[in-house]
Amino acid sequence: MIRLSIPLRQALARLSLPLMIAAAFGIMLLGKADTLLAERLRTHLSDALSPIYAALAEPMGAVRSAIEEIRSLATLREENAQLREENERLRRWHATALALETENDMLRRQLNFLPEAAPAFVTAQVVADGGGTYARAVLLATGPQHSIRKGQVALDERGFVGRVTEVGNRSARVLLATDMNSRIPVTLESSRARAIMSGTNGARPRLAHWPEGVIPVDGERIVTSAEAGAFPAGLPVGIVRLSSQGVPEVELFARLDRLDVVRLFDYGLRGIIPPEAVARPEPRSGRR
Amino acid sequence: MALSPFRRPDHGRPAPAPGLVRRIDAFARLAFPGFSTAFLMVLAAAPVSLPSPVFAVTLPCVAFWSLFRPGAMMPPVVFLLGLLMDLLTLAPLGSGVLVLLALHAAAVRFRRFFARQSFLAVWLAFCAAALGAACFYWALQSLLALRLSPIAPALHAALLSCGLYPAIALVLTRVHEAMRHAENAP
Repeated sequence: MIRLSIPLRQALARLSLPLMIAAAFGIMLLGKADTLLAERLRTHLSDALSPIYAALAEPMGAVRSAIEEIRSLATLREENAQLREENERLRRWHATALALETENDMLRRQLNFLPEAAPAFVTAQVVADGGGTYARAVLLATGPQHSIRKGQVALDERGFVGRVTEVGNRSARVLLATDMNSRIPVTLESSRARAIMSGTNGARPRLAHWPEGVIPVDGERIVTSAEAGAFPAGLPVGIVRLSSQGVPEVELFARLDRLDVVRLFDYGLRGIIPPEAVARPEPRSGRR
Repeated sequence: MALSPFRRPDHGRPAPAPGLVRRIDAFARLAFPGFSTAFLMVLAAAPVSLPSPVFAVTLPCVAFWSLFRPGAMMPPVVFLLGLLMDLLTLAPLGSGVLVLLALHAAAVRFRRFFARQSFLAVWLAFCAAALGAACFYWALQSLLALRLSPIAPALHAALLSCGLYPAIALVLTRVHEAMRHAENAP
């Protein structure tokens, strides 16, 4: 200890606080003038502290996993209740489906109903988004052995995706339902009214041209319509959602933003075929 | 090291401490507040997936030691602690230093008054001071970064430090009593 006279020590003690406050302002200025200084100091400090944190890593991991555990327990309860409710609902639907199935069978027996042949389909991988003439289109990798032609319908595992517009030897381009150039004839499922679903380049295409007297209701299911012979009737497309301005839009079932694999169905329909952008022979004209 | 008085037997005649040991003892008592606070801050800055409680942990320690043992929590120590806080959190340099110095100055200014008050009164006063310190900290940060940052985290930190104060003060009071006991012993 350094021996100082008592008055000097008192003066120092009284002076140290203002001195330190001045130093704080000085440091503030220094930090403002040289922003790298703080970074360097922080790096040195964390270098010095890293052994401590390394030693603490084990208990800290335990704390962290305990917190995670508590959090997951809290969500588990909620999730359980939700699942139970959903299970209940699904059970009701299951009963309804079984009843409808038996009723359907009974009716079919009486009608001598001709079942529709299952359509042939090809599964193709999406290799690129966008590009080409259209804003919302995907490129599929196909092989020469697949019989793909224009106008085929593309579906993912949930619903309608789009239509094949260009076919090459090893690739095909699908115009998505969200593209501005896409116009899909659809049916509003509960009112059976026809409408046109037109893309806007946004996530939700709009509904247009529905007949007078029918108002698309929020939550109504939309399926394709066989109008104009371009699509088979009844492919699942989406659900009507009213936008904030009250415009009916379609929330598609298909997840167009994360397409990886689509199925191309051939229903043998040649209603409206997109025009050839480049004159070239249709690849599989000989087969049909 | 500061807890060594606990081990000293109460019965019998205490042996006069030799000069060096006594000096080490005194130095340990002097250094304990600063070092323990710094250690607690480093612990609080450990990367757990929780909001960093460095600010909330520092305020009670600095306030407690400034109130009850200002001889050990001197302005230079507060300055260094503030610097450590600024470096541990990503605050602009100097803001934490100034906030802690202001808290220290306020605590030292009113310490004669608060020494006679009950724990509850000190706690309430600390809550007010923590709120003020958090607002001051936020204002300084906004000023130094030249843009308005959200005030909600600062208020959360103030609330957290109000809640932490009793727990920290409980431990520190024990330590403080032990130190006083050791000092009063011949």
